[in-house]
Amino acid sequence: MIDGAGKTGIYGLLAEFDNPTDVVRAAERVYTEGYRQIDAYSPYPIEELSEAIGFHKNRVPLVVLIGGILGATGGAALCYWVSTTAYALNIGGRPFNSWPAFIPVAYECTILLAAISAVIGMILMNGLPQPYHPVFNAPRFELASRDHFFLAIEAADPKFDLDQTRAFLATLGANEVVEVPF
Amino acid sequence: MSKFPHDTMDISDETITPPAVIGPGQTFGTVTDKISSLVLTGHTPRFWYIGFGVAFLGTCMLLSTIVYLVLTGIGIWGNNIPVGWAFDIINFVWWIGIGHAGTLISAILLLLKQQWRTSINRFAEAMTLFAVACAGLFPLLHTGRPWLAYWLFPYPSTMGVWPQFRSPLIWDVFAVSTYATVSALFWYVGLIPDLATLRDKAKKKGIKVAYGIFALGWRGSARHWARYETAYLLLAGLATPLVLSVHTVVSFDFAVAQLPGWHTTVFPPYFVAGAIYSGFAMVLSLAIPMRKWYGLESLITERHLNNAAKVMLATGMVVAYGYLMEAFMSWYSSNTFEQFMMKNRALGPYGYMYWLLILCNILLPQMLWSKRVRLNIPLLFVLSIVINIGMWLERYVIIVTSLYRDFLPSSWGAYSATKFDFTMFFGTIGFFLTLMFLFVRFLPAISIFEIRSILPQAKPKSHEA
Repeated sequence: MIDGAGKTGIYGLLAEFDNPTDVVRAAERVYTEGYRQIDAYSPYPIEELSEAIGFHKNRVPLVVLIGGILGATGGAALCYWVSTTAYALNIGGRPFNSWPAFIPVAYECTILLAAISAVIGMILMNGLPQPYHPVFNAPRFELASRDHFFLAIEAADPKFDLDQTRAFLATLGANEVVEVPF
Repeated sequence: MSKFPHDTMDISDETITPPAVIGPGQTFGTVTDKISSLVLTGHTPRFWYIGFGVAFLGTCMLLSTIVYLVLTGIGIWGNNIPVGWAFDIINFVWWIGIGHAGTLISAILLLLKQQWRTSINRFAEAMTLFAVACAGLFPLLHTGRPWLAYWLFPYPSTMGVWPQFRSPLIWDVFAVSTYATVSALFWYVGLIPDLATLRDKAKKKGIKVAYGIFALGWRGSARHWARYETAYLLLAGLATPLVLSVHTVVSFDFAVAQLPGWHTTVFPPYFVAGAIYSGFAMVLSLAIPMRKWYGLESLITERHLNNAAKVMLATGMVVAYGYLMEAFMSWYSSNTFEQFMMKNRALGPYGYMYWLLILCNILLPQMLWSKRVRLNIPLLFVLSIVINIGMWLERYVIIVTSLYRDFLPSSWGAYSATKFDFTMFFGTIGFFLTLMFLFVRFLPAISIFEIRSILPQAKPKSHEA
């Protein structure tokens, strides 16, 4: 979304709030007004906030499920192949495919791959690592990791109009609205 | 460090109003400043240097023991036939068990929505990680040729040899390496938003960059938080069965063998309970001095200590039940060897270890029934140390007294530890504390963003639509 430089040469407008209630209310208003290229920033997770900006397609669970299935089948297949084919040892005449003994390894592989997929999936789908982002240019944005809440409308949004959008944001109870340069 | 008006609070958790997890009067800003100032301050307190110095001496002792061990061979330890496993496995199980409380606090209590976990989960997770690192050293060095330890993993070698997947020892390799990886991931994911806070609050450029690299450019976007929360919750959901499986697999190392004293089905649950028991004891052993030295009484409140003490009491009773069942089953089995094992364990030459273990793990912890004891912080600290000692004795008793007299009297022997067993064991304690000291100095020991999220003002008020 950064590449949408828009018509104005700025990244967008950033409104600052000092409590969670106001930012959620403002985000809902902005969304109902028709803005879609928006984002909100908070110092801790607020479920209502991501819903307010219209974020519903969370694919992390799917990635974890795929990782878990791969881990389970991979772990079981490894034990099976090693014990029956690659290094088949006759232990007291017991079957080569002594599958109950393979459960612990398959189980641990399931958890290992699911956990790795959860972390890597979350980081990559979030577009991280991303050391630079235009919102960091906003003078008070470092408070987003302390005690302030921010709502951004990008210039790339089709409805974005510098003056009108700024006036609209000002009606939502923001402490301050600033332009964010690239 | 600024002084906050409500740095202390009295806890009355049996009153009608639910007690606050965090002391009153805190805001997003004050908790952020308080926790991050411990890390970002240019002034390192004197107790840190003293503590770190002592712990580092322990690390040096560990390193020199390892050098001597690798150059000479594991014969410098006391274990030999018939006690082929001794301090190396005792300490391995002890350390792994200690790690379990970290996962329990961070994962299971998260799933159970126990908000009080929030002040102690971060350093409990660090404790897990460092404890697993200490644990891993013992089997690694017990191989005698630690540079060949990669033989434990399945890989296509030119020798055409593969691991034996029917052996509990290879299950252990998978369980412990998975546990170490998942614990590290869980800890790091939890740290990302706090690293961003430190990046934003740091004044010096170098420090900003250092924290910034590990913060990955986190900016607190609502979309990011949504995925983050899902991933964190799923990690907790994965870590919960993991932590139960790890000590279960560790107990299989014994339970799958036919040796009297090991060959019991009660081992998995009783090992898991014991692990949590010793882990909570270690959490208290670390949290009590830390909150005192760093003035964190408003964040790690008496409620946390009280709850941890209650968990210890409960898991301690499960462990007591395990001891009882062991004794009962050996009698009930009508098996000569089982009955002899129990009699020999309690009344034989190492019987004093057994009774010390009963004293440390069962009798003394009964004091925790009293709320006065649970809120008597110095006494609670002493009890937590006693339980840690008791849990170490438990593993000693299980391992040594089962091995040294098995079926055939002609193969009986005796065991005593050498001084290198002790320098290695105490060395790992020094190494563990060294890592803990470095951790509290350079990383936020309390999860800042999670504390923010449990403050009363954190929840957006629902409004008339």
